[in-house]
Amino acid sequence: MARTLIHVPERARAGEVVELRVTIAHPMETGYRSDNEGRPVPRDILRRFSCRCDGELVFSAELFPAVAAYPYFAFHVRATRSASLSFTWEGDQGFAQTETRALVVA
Amino acid sequence: MTIAVDPGQAPRRRVLLGWGAAGACALLTLRPLSAQTTSAPTTPEAAALRAAVLAWTGGVTPRQGRLEIDIAPLVENGNSVPVALSMPSPMTAEDHVTAIALFNERNPQREVAVFHFTPRSGLAQVATRIRLATSQTLTAVARTSEGAFWSRDVEVIVTLAACIES
Repeated sequence: MARTLIHVPERARAGEVVELRVTIAHPMETGYRSDNEGRPVPRDILRRFSCRCDGELVFSAELFPAVAAYPYFAFHVRATRSASLSFTWEGDQGFAQTETRALVVA
Repeated sequence: MTIAVDPGQAPRRRVLLGWGAAGACALLTLRPLSAQTTSAPTTPEAAALRAAVLAWTGGVTPRQGRLEIDIAPLVENGNSVPVALSMPSPMTAEDHVTAIALFNERNPQREVAVFHFTPRSGLAQVATRIRLATSQTLTAVARTSEGAFWSRDVEVIVTLAACIES
């Protein structure tokens, strides 16, 4: 499990568009580098990130090696009612991780 | 012991310095505004960038404008470059931005990332961090729910490139 940092506002008003910020500790190894012995370092990147709100897709991203290590995304969600936000990262070598956070609408 | 100073030397240096500075300015101002997606590409890299954009749009040449790229014009470290993409849109079910793709000219691969939005996103806006191998043009292309494409080019100068360390 990679460490993640997810920022969700403490509470939102109904109808408000709020910002979500996420990062994950992942090297995003490009596959274009070589190690000290000159052997190519195999690619190990995250290929997809998605955020869902009670199962409804909010935002997703297809990622390529040009995304920096420790991928960071800031995006928005329209808050309508209290819901569960899920954040999923998928990538090379079978990488898959999902985190959930509560979105409190008051 | 003293060192004899040629009285003519210092002024000559100043003149050279002056010429050097003028040359640097000229280089900066003469950087070509290449890879405008509306005009014919002038370099193989620009052509490859244009081909990648057209492959993503399905052959439609995007119109310039509306979409904004927020990135520092002078990048000190290409390993992690903050970039933000945004396009004004009501983000309703009938009228929203469905995706924004980011392409580059001189990294090993043309694609950087493709971001997908839904009406639930509320805003067609995303910020992330990318790698840049060298000074180059970035092109962002947005697709709307009506099937229209908008693009924006930006030139960035990179002083320390990504991908150079072993």
